[in-house]
Amino acid sequence: MTEDRKDETVVECHGLACKEILEKLSEYIDGELDPKICQDLEHHMKDCNPCLLFIDSLKKTITLYKYAAAEPLPKEVHLRLHEYLKKECKDC
Amino acid sequence: MELQDQALIEKIKGGDYQAFEALVNRYEGKVYRLAIRMLRNQQDAEDALQESFLQVYRGLKSFEGRSNFSTWLYRLATNVCLMKIRHRETEPPGMLPLEDFLPRHEDGEQPTLQEWPEKPEEILLTKESREKMMEALDRLPAEYRAVFVLRDIEGFSNAEAGEALGISVAAVKSRLHRARIALRGMLSEYFEKGKFAPPALSEN
Repeated sequence: MTEDRKDETVVECHGLACKEILEKLSEYIDGELDPKICQDLEHHMKDCNPCLLFIDSLKKTITLYKYAAAEPLPKEVHLRLHEYLKKECKDC
Repeated sequence: MELQDQALIEKIKGGDYQAFEALVNRYEGKVYRLAIRMLRNQQDAEDALQESFLQVYRGLKSFEGRSNFSTWLYRLATNVCLMKIRHRETEPPGMLPLEDFLPRHEDGEQPTLQEWPEKPEEILLTKESREKMMEALDRLPAEYRAVFVLRDIEGFSNAEAGEALGISVAAVKSRLHRARIALRGMLSEYFEKGKFAPPALSEN
């Protein structure tokens, strides 16, 4: 990626650049961001619709994977695992 | 009452094979789910599951309980998965340039982003959406996928994920952020542009 293209992602508005916001979004979502920076970020997002939509979709991405992940272990896989271990562990 | 992990481990060390089976029963679902997410292939995930628990059995003799058993198990299972991935030739390249997944700015203007569907659970109801999500996860380089799976799917803390993967907390945070941005970017092609339609009530 060239420096020129990186610069394309910078949009200055309300003191904080969108690029700076972007770098801090995960920490913001995880509640790991310094409260002062949190305030600045929230202030920025009040008037920056792209940033607001971006963080909303980022949060939804995380939620989706969290809830899509429940996949039960197939019974035959469970049975084969126990059979395999019984056989292999005898020699351990 | 169920025995705690450490009590089961003591029994296993004393030669009680049933205690080992109880420990396997407790964690096999979680390890399988991790392996499926990491390897995206049922047969490979089953192989990784078997290999992981065999290594657990062999390693328990020297397990001193300095770290939590589940963290130790995840570290071991994650390494089994990563070893399998390293032997593959079809894995995505290891770099994840954020710029490839960000909204484009044209002529210095702000990008136009569309709102995603309001209720994420509606997205999950469609098979096509779930497939899109898994395809996107597939496209992440293994090191990023591992961090995302442990942190955001399995609920590990940064420190636990770092311990399981043998990397620093700073590296966990950096990879997690890139993985999230990349997944959002890949999914937005699908969710933003009117391609996604929530299932009609009559389909339920």
